[in-house]
Amino acid sequence: MSRITRFNLLLAIGIVLALLVSLAVGKVSVPWAIWGGADPRWLIITELRLPRTVLAAVVGAGLGLSGAAMQGYLRNPLADPGLFGVSSGAALGAVISLYFGYAASAWLLPLCALTGAAGAMALLALLVGRSASLILFTLAGVILSSVAGSLTALAISLAPTPFVTSQIVTWLMGALTDRSWGDVWIALPIIAAGAALLAMTGRALDALTLGENAARTLGVDPLRLRVLIVLGVGLCVGASVATAGVIGFVGLMVPHVVRPFVGHRPSALLLPSALGGALLLLLADSVVRGLPTVSELRLGIAMAMLGGPFFLVLLLKMRRGLA
Amino acid sequence: MTAPARSLVAQALSLTLDGAVILDAVSATFAPGQVTAVLGPNGAGKSTLLACLAGLRRPDAGDVLLGSVSRTTLDRRDLARRIGFLPQTADVHWDIDVQTLVALGRFPHRGRWGETAADHAAVAQAMATTDVTRFAHRCVNTLSGGERARVLLARVLAGEPHWLLADEPLANLDPAHQLDGLDCLRGVAAAGAGIVVVLHDLNHAARVADRVLLLRNGRVIAHGPPDSVLTEDLIAETYGVATHIGTTPAGQRFILPVARHRR
Repeated sequence: MSRITRFNLLLAIGIVLALLVSLAVGKVSVPWAIWGGADPRWLIITELRLPRTVLAAVVGAGLGLSGAAMQGYLRNPLADPGLFGVSSGAALGAVISLYFGYAASAWLLPLCALTGAAGAMALLALLVGRSASLILFTLAGVILSSVAGSLTALAISLAPTPFVTSQIVTWLMGALTDRSWGDVWIALPIIAAGAALLAMTGRALDALTLGENAARTLGVDPLRLRVLIVLGVGLCVGASVATAGVIGFVGLMVPHVVRPFVGHRPSALLLPSALGGALLLLLADSVVRGLPTVSELRLGIAMAMLGGPFFLVLLLKMRRGLA
Repeated sequence: MTAPARSLVAQALSLTLDGAVILDAVSATFAPGQVTAVLGPNGAGKSTLLACLAGLRRPDAGDVLLGSVSRTTLDRRDLARRIGFLPQTADVHWDIDVQTLVALGRFPHRGRWGETAADHAAVAQAMATTDVTRFAHRCVNTLSGGERARVLLARVLAGEPHWLLADEPLANLDPAHQLDGLDCLRGVAAAGAGIVVVLHDLNHAARVADRVLLLRNGRVIAHGPPDSVLTEDLIAETYGVATHIGTTPAGQRFILPVARHRR
């Protein structure tokens, strides 16, 4: 068994353990004796904690994989789906649907979020054109991200009632609280489809290690790769934001932590980043749920509190490397 | 001369960028088993010619032929197997080890289900040819400039291309490593591949090339054996410098630029 397979297996075992922890943690203690029985507390497990747990794993996997694919594609260890306007676009779509009070329908909000993510992606592709330049891509992403952020702020300031305002703000913070099986059935198929597209990019990402020109002369089709990345990341991130709100930094942190274990090869990074993302969100969600706070710490905020310092350390390390 | 059926042909390549003529009807035939050095002053169109041959740039007019077939009719993978390209800027974006990097050269050959024995053999052969086998497991970004250049060459050779296009592979190398690099190119040509290499040093060209293609302002000034192309007159016409051409006791030609012509 190769080192990479062993590492993936280790992550998978970690996920299984984290699943069990996630099911066991919560405000209400459900003793083992009644698991699977007729006791109404068993419903807490099957209808509340299980969907929430599955959703954490699915969303985490989607974000981790998206981060790994984006970093490989942009050859930039600081790249994150959130950085290039995809998350912001999805959030804007979601917020607009909340603003108009459409959240009542289960499918409208995700549809709006996916449309937002896809819209941001389409704009990104339009702005960058066929040049595939890294700087252009980055700038376009930053612009999209800030425009979507401003429009979201506009929606908040124009909200008709304080209730809508609080709903939007809550949304933006990202959480897995009170998610149902309905959310799982929205996120799971979409993220699976996105992951399938991203899984097809692995070898092209390896070739990109040598730079764009060398990759092209090795037979990489840059247009096909771009379409796969844009659609794959769009689906994964759109569905994540639709069901869990904005949860940042997973796509930044996980690939970075995992990279040394798989020999830094971008294709070898994809699967463990998905597994690692699932593991990270499962653990983080268990922690915020288990903390003895009056109202639950939002998962999105917890991840930002973890991700901010991480980003800073990474930046300082890179600066030292350049000096 | 070799059979044209196996040649790489630039056919009246023309390219204009932002109103500036980069290539002006450049025609040249490159033969397998030979090293062709592309020479010329900065901005002569050397790298652009190489990019057109490699398929990285589409010429406004003209065509690149492999044998008698236009490269535009061949599919991406097929072309990648035949033509290996060594870019001037040697990017290695992640901290991968030498063996992993060299194996990337097998990209156009690899099937869906991982590496075959042929892949392993080609990678091992390429690393042996360029003498990098002993640091197969070191991280590429910790190597010295000379070692790194050899590793990048090994990456191209691992693809077993019929053609090797190299854009200034010896830039930034010390004299010893430059000589190693030139010997390596000769060895690859001796094994049957055709090489088109952009060089800046006239002496390197005199040492390694079977043919020299002299470019200036996107036009071919001369194309032929080094002895007949690297003359004082043609060098003066191309570069605008006066040179002293001599021979070492061992019989090697050297070309020393001595003064700039005032034009």
